[in-house]
Amino acid sequence: MAVFPWHSRNRNYKAEFASCRLEAVPLEFGDYHPLKPITVTESKTKKVNRKGSTSSTSSSSSSSVVDPLSSVLDGTDPLSMFAATADPAALAAAMDSSRRKRDRDDNSVVGSDFEPWTNKRGEILARYTTTEKLSINLFMGSEKGKAGTATLAMSEKVRTRLEELDDFEEGSQKELLNLTQQDYVNRIEELNQSLKDAWASDQKVKALKIVIQCSKLLSDTSVIQFYPSKFVLITDILDTFGKLVYERIFSMCVDSRSVLPDHFSPENANDTAKETCLNWFFKIASIRELIPRFYVEASILKCNKFLSKTGISECLPRLTCMIRGIGDPLVSVYARAYLCRVGMEVAPHLKETLNKNFFDFLLTFKQIHGDTVQNQLVVQGVELPSYLPLYPPAMDWIFQCISYHAPEALLTEMMERCKKLGNNALLLNSVMSAFRAEFIATRSMDFIGMIKECDESGFPKHLLFRSLGLNLALADPPESDRLQILNEAWKVITKLKNPQDYINCAEVWVEYTCKHFTKREVNTVLADVIKHMTPDRAFEDSYPQLQLIIKKVIAHFHDFSVLFSVEKFLPFLDMFQKESVRVEVCKCIMDAFIKHQQEPTKDPVILNALLHVCKTMHDSVNALTLEDEKRMLSYLINGFIKMVSFGRDFEQQLSFYVESRSMFCNLEPVLVQLIHACVAYCFITIPSLAGIFTRLNLYLHSGQVALANQCLSQADAFFKAAISLVPEVPKMINIDGKMRPSESFLLEFLCNFFSTLLIVPDHPEHGVLFLVRELLNVIQDYTWEDNSDEKIRIYTCVLHLLSAMSQETYLYHIDKVDSNDSLYGGDSKFLAENNKLCETVMAQILEHLKTLAKDEALKRQSSLGLSFFNSILAHGDLRNNKLNQLSVNLWHLAQRHGCADTRTMVKTLEYIKKQSKQPDMTHLTELALRLPLQTRT
Amino acid sequence: MGTALDIKIKRANKVYHAGEVLSGVVVISSKDSVQHQGVSLTMEGTVNLQLSAKSVGVFEAFYNSVKPIQIINSTIEMVKPGKFPSGKTEIPFEFPLHLKGNKVLYETYHGVFVNIQYTLRCDMKRSLLAKDLTKTCEFIVHSAPQKGKFTPSPVDFTITPETLQNVKERALLPKFLLRGHLNSTNCVITQPLTGELVVESSEAAIRSVELQLVRVETCGEGRATRPGACLSPSTATLTFHGCAEGYARDATEIQNIQIADGDVCRGLSVPIYMVFPRLFTCPTLETTNFKVEFEVNIVVLLHPDHLITENFPLKLCRI
Repeated sequence: MAVFPWHSRNRNYKAEFASCRLEAVPLEFGDYHPLKPITVTESKTKKVNRKGSTSSTSSSSSSSVVDPLSSVLDGTDPLSMFAATADPAALAAAMDSSRRKRDRDDNSVVGSDFEPWTNKRGEILARYTTTEKLSINLFMGSEKGKAGTATLAMSEKVRTRLEELDDFEEGSQKELLNLTQQDYVNRIEELNQSLKDAWASDQKVKALKIVIQCSKLLSDTSVIQFYPSKFVLITDILDTFGKLVYERIFSMCVDSRSVLPDHFSPENANDTAKETCLNWFFKIASIRELIPRFYVEASILKCNKFLSKTGISECLPRLTCMIRGIGDPLVSVYARAYLCRVGMEVAPHLKETLNKNFFDFLLTFKQIHGDTVQNQLVVQGVELPSYLPLYPPAMDWIFQCISYHAPEALLTEMMERCKKLGNNALLLNSVMSAFRAEFIATRSMDFIGMIKECDESGFPKHLLFRSLGLNLALADPPESDRLQILNEAWKVITKLKNPQDYINCAEVWVEYTCKHFTKREVNTVLADVIKHMTPDRAFEDSYPQLQLIIKKVIAHFHDFSVLFSVEKFLPFLDMFQKESVRVEVCKCIMDAFIKHQQEPTKDPVILNALLHVCKTMHDSVNALTLEDEKRMLSYLINGFIKMVSFGRDFEQQLSFYVESRSMFCNLEPVLVQLIHACVAYCFITIPSLAGIFTRLNLYLHSGQVALANQCLSQADAFFKAAISLVPEVPKMINIDGKMRPSESFLLEFLCNFFSTLLIVPDHPEHGVLFLVRELLNVIQDYTWEDNSDEKIRIYTCVLHLLSAMSQETYLYHIDKVDSNDSLYGGDSKFLAENNKLCETVMAQILEHLKTLAKDEALKRQSSLGLSFFNSILAHGDLRNNKLNQLSVNLWHLAQRHGCADTRTMVKTLEYIKKQSKQPDMTHLTELALRLPLQTRT
Repeated sequence: MGTALDIKIKRANKVYHAGEVLSGVVVISSKDSVQHQGVSLTMEGTVNLQLSAKSVGVFEAFYNSVKPIQIINSTIEMVKPGKFPSGKTEIPFEFPLHLKGNKVLYETYHGVFVNIQYTLRCDMKRSLLAKDLTKTCEFIVHSAPQKGKFTPSPVDFTITPETLQNVKERALLPKFLLRGHLNSTNCVITQPLTGELVVESSEAAIRSVELQLVRVETCGEGRATRPGACLSPSTATLTFHGCAEGYARDATEIQNIQIADGDVCRGLSVPIYMVFPRLFTCPTLETTNFKVEFEVNIVVLLHPDHLITENFPLKLCRI
């Protein structure tokens, strides 16, 4: 038998569809139509929307409607809001990072476990601020007006070169008053810049003058609250200066011979370098005022390396003693801090100086409560409780330097010395914040005793407990003391009246509680926090601390069933009433859950709580939510959904999914996840059903659903399952108690299946049209009724499918799913494969027709032949000669034995003739001529 | 134009002692070749004395400057008249620091009424049309270390209202007790002045404590009858003659160093520490024509406006 090639007709579905439709008659504007929308035409004077016209789609009324976008964006736009909230800490941090780079090589001398100054810098700048007006008093002129020198008996004050050092720019005196803090910072930064400029332009004397003037500012304690920050700013300048001088002298040594090694000895330095260095020291030694002289000399301490090996070790004790001359205790403690800082940087091995600084400080400690300081505070209107906290940055730093790698004995000695000094709270606090946590922790009971005893004298106790708590979070106290420590501490904490003080303290102690105790204690603590923070909605001011508490609790309770059985945990969450904070907290919780939950859970407590948490997150999504945020939230919620498993209890699993769906409808990735889950559910549930056609249809439907939700691999799985189920279809099935042949049902199902297969994209790892091929194989192997033509009818349908598949654009698509038409883009290889399949199918059909040539089957042959003819007519390209010939043959076959229904034949012919009038169908005219109608005789 | 003359002294610190050889190079740099009438180098050391207006009156002080005392003055011819090629020419020189007769090489000292200065001057004579070129460069002379053992002379002091002289109304003074010591009033000029000061008690708040370094310069008024006959510093401790009559004695501040700022802690010793500035100090010097001596004042300022000064004469020497 000759093989007939198949050529599909190109279809223009749109045009065909249009030609089949009724002609649309446009409705005149004034015409009545019951379904016509009500239109409101608005005149300019009428501003109010007519009531009852809510269904109006009129566009003209939109002018009075507030644009939803603009209303959301009302107020500050998000970018400027960010800018406004950018706090000084962030700025300082930004400044830090650049500075840190510069300082890195110097810190290498000290171990990395030593917290460098740069870390403290930002904190101090952020913490010690003022709204008061500041002034920079740069005495750039001569100092004749100053009492100290002017009242001397000398009638003639001859200006020598030395005195000129005090001049900044000849004879000028600048006093900048009424500066805001920001102005002040800018001004200092300007000075820093002009220092660099002066240095770069070789004006060394001017550079020195700038530095002197700057360090002079440190003797000024007006606006005392700002002093720590001022110290930070000005010592930055000093550091710059020290570096410049050192590098300059270093470079003088370099150009003589080769490069100087990092650890050079004074002999390696050449004479010029030494002389320059010596000059600097002589100049600095002649600076009149104590504080600038101290600071400037300290800043170039490192340069002693050029002069002698012992230079630094001789200088440090001298400078330490020099500080004794500074009367103001605050100024002096910061001077000590600076010396320790320089000392640690240049010669960290010289511990003696550090200790001496500490002991000297203790000796002068009583001055804090002396008259001079008290008078000053009165003048400035500063209370002791706000004055004393100015000390910790400097004290902490000194203490930290000393305790770094210090032997236990020294620390004990220091503690004893502190105790002797009336056990002052300020000292105790610095001891706790600077010493090793282990040291503190092992003596926690002692410390609690001391804290209780110590006289507060302006330094609040809760800060002490906070410091202790910080240590205990880092190091563990002895086992036996733990509970007592908590009891003692909490006894004090719970009595704190001010919610801010309370929460700052409680936040620190939560960590300790979580670390060493069970949920019972944690619950008590949380309850206490709730009790303190609820009145007057105090929690509103403390969200960061509350958030920290949650984070700490989560960090220690990895078992979520335990976590949620902490009764007060959820009430605690309720305190987060500002949505953004709430969502943040929820995110933390979910993050921890995903990280720590190892096994799927069905614990109702967890599910309930987490559903609530997830719902909170989900509900925060609105039109303005950023994509990224949505992705994050979806990720978290999905993580949760994946972790929920009811084992074999599919019903409950499904109901959980249903519930989740109703809750998380705004997040697409979550829905996708749910569909995945549901699809998976379907896949495992379908096999448990009895009815074979129910199963087949469900597979098909589930596959369609999966496809509709872009779950391609799931869809494939469904279709494969359906295909493999087909051979199991029995010949007879029981319907309403009667046994009936199943073939017609199978045919129906398969046709339905084919129309789905049209749009199923091919799997990249399988062959072209693999699902269709597999299905064809199954159909081939299926044991059909002996006397039925169902198989051929199915093949005809397959032919239709394949024709549809060879179209450039398919008849229908699923949104967001690329079907084969766009995947292959009409690739010729694909079309060839397709045609090959068609040929095979056609051969089968023709083969079958041939077997029907017996008498009893002639009628079937006729009707099948006609149906095949119709198929070719509808889908084949009849311009192809062979196909054309085949169709003519079929036509004859259908009529050969007079079995054909004449009316059908007539109608068919009429249809062909009608079709031939279409533009592309003219060849049908010729075909019609070749199709004779057999008249009955 | 375009011709530059420079003197480079070999030692970076430019410090030389009597008997040493001062060496260096004269650098002539020019784009074109330079025609000259000879280059000479002159070493000069002089003591300039100036009378203070306070002692002798403004006009006299102005007109009646004492004639400078020449310590050393010698010239060598470096290059005979000729021509320098274009570019940089370095001419090395060595100049022995020898004194004629019994003259003494005083230390370099820059004061107000007394100035002891040493210079090296390079002159390049040129033809009539071109200007002569001159370059001057100061070098520093340190006197030879003094012979004999240096013995420190510590001083303890106590300052109370009662110890003060020159007080108008003692009753108005607040009570105070300051104790302290100087490690030595015999000072080695290269070593700092050191000591301690303790504010044992003070009713009034302390504003500042300062160390004031003072120079006391004495000039004999044109009585240099026996030039060069003055005593060398090593023996100058003794007799006083030469500038007896009509001398002008002036004390001026060299520098003021604050050692305490603000109300310092009671009972805690504050270090006294002062570096002697170079050039502005020299070993205590006494000659027939002039004297240079030093003193230190400890100046304590009390609130609201009390000034207490304690004076200590110093003797500086070089070892």
